[in-house]
Amino acid sequence: MPWKSASRAHLTHSVQQALEHVGDRMLGFFSYLGGTSLLFGRTVVSAVTTPFRRRLAIEQMDKVGVQSVPIVFLTALFTGIVLGMQTAYQLQQIGAETYIAKIVGLSIVRELGPVLTALVVTGRVGASITAELGTMRVTEQIDALESLATSPIQYLVVPRFVALLVMLPLLTVVADVVGIFGGYLLGVYKLGISPTLYLQMTWDVIQLKDVFTGLFKSALFAMIVATVASFEGFSTTGGAEGVGRSTTLAVVVSFILIVAADCLATAVFYFVFP
Amino acid sequence: MIDIINLCKAFNGRPVLDTLNLTIQGGETMVIIGRSGCGKSVLLKHILGLLRPDSGQVLVDQQDVPRLDGEALQKVRMRFGLVFQGAALFDSLTVGENVGFALREHRALPAAAIEARIAEALALVGLKGIERMKPAELSGGMRKRVAIARALAIRPEYLLFDEPTTGLDPVMADIVNTLIKQLHSQLGVTVIVVTHDMVSAYKIGTRIAMLYDGRIIALGTPAEIQQTTHPVVHQFIHGEAEGPITALA
Repeated sequence: MPWKSASRAHLTHSVQQALEHVGDRMLGFFSYLGGTSLLFGRTVVSAVTTPFRRRLAIEQMDKVGVQSVPIVFLTALFTGIVLGMQTAYQLQQIGAETYIAKIVGLSIVRELGPVLTALVVTGRVGASITAELGTMRVTEQIDALESLATSPIQYLVVPRFVALLVMLPLLTVVADVVGIFGGYLLGVYKLGISPTLYLQMTWDVIQLKDVFTGLFKSALFAMIVATVASFEGFSTTGGAEGVGRSTTLAVVVSFILIVAADCLATAVFYFVFP
Repeated sequence: MIDIINLCKAFNGRPVLDTLNLTIQGGETMVIIGRSGCGKSVLLKHILGLLRPDSGQVLVDQQDVPRLDGEALQKVRMRFGLVFQGAALFDSLTVGENVGFALREHRALPAAAIEARIAEALALVGLKGIERMKPAELSGGMRKRVAIARALAIRPEYLLFDEPTTGLDPVMADIVNTLIKQLHSQLGVTVIVVTHDMVSAYKIGTRIAMLYDGRIIALGTPAEIQQTTHPVVHQFIHGEAEGPITALA
């Protein structure tokens, strides 16, 4: 039957196309994974084996850290207040609203402080790193660096990587303190909890381990943001449109990886180091 | 001397350089002509090791650049000064910092000597006293000349130009052409220019090579090239729409 063989050929073609599509996606995924891993490895090696560029690193620390303080401050403050309100709403039903100090403190230090700070910094700094490096790529400035016998990884990536690794944990500490202060404002001025009691309860519940868990996470997130943003910048092609595409991709990929890494790190701390 | 032997490079399966062979003698000005997108800039980037070939060799004084890495590659690169098509000045740095970039990076000289070298390089391109300006404040011609100064500051043995007159008005283009000629005769460097500007090619070239379909299809002095009977070269140098080169080629 000719129609049967035509339909079989059509089916074969469709399956072939579907497999090709899956293959392309897999290749793209592994190529991305390989590219970012290679960049991460080279950055770490370059950071420890080549002379440290203090001036560039300090410049980046200012951009990454100091200039991010206002946005981190506001985000953490409102998050602390909102978290306090939501918790109070639930706890009021069982008459245990004084416990908001403990819940807000732990949630901020272990989870929301590091994650929200990383997401805010990704949006502000990660996007800017990709846009800057991407523009340098399409205007041949990165080729110019190489032609002047200078490693772009050493000159461009390492200072940004180090700056994020130092400043993101510091910003997380700021977010922790401000977030707790947000909960304090609600607890003390709205729910009428005594200031001393609120601070005492917060102090009692937070252990050093919780702070270190949060800081460890933020260091992990810093490495993710620096690597993904730099990789996307270096891989940019296609002029202004390409820069926009890379910047969007850098933010989206960083967001997903931060949330995934947070889930993984939380699971490790929960199951392995309870 | 630069010896390019059987150089092949493809992008996404499309061959751009296809068993390309070319020898550039020390002290000459070699102009490589060809249509936009034919692979001239790709060839320049191979000479400097900015791109790795699929196969073939790029021998710079017998050193195969694609096989070099790390320190050895950086050493070879310090023998070259490359002027990019769009100048590729570092936006975040001043003109002076751009020109003295490689010297500062490699701590080649004391600070005072670097300042003197920057001033000297800027004077050579006719732009004295603009060290503190930012690239964004410069015109297209000035940016190009600052890029030349940056390439000159390391006192290279080889000066490479990627489309040096593209985007410049005819007067500025002639100023840049004259400057390249002057630098060649004053400094005795080997100059390699890729361009599709025939006025520029005839003015500055000691020899002209035409790149077409990934290979060098013609090589000779400007006079020889002007008298060629090769249909592709003839069509290109006379800028004719009719001929073997088609719009989609």
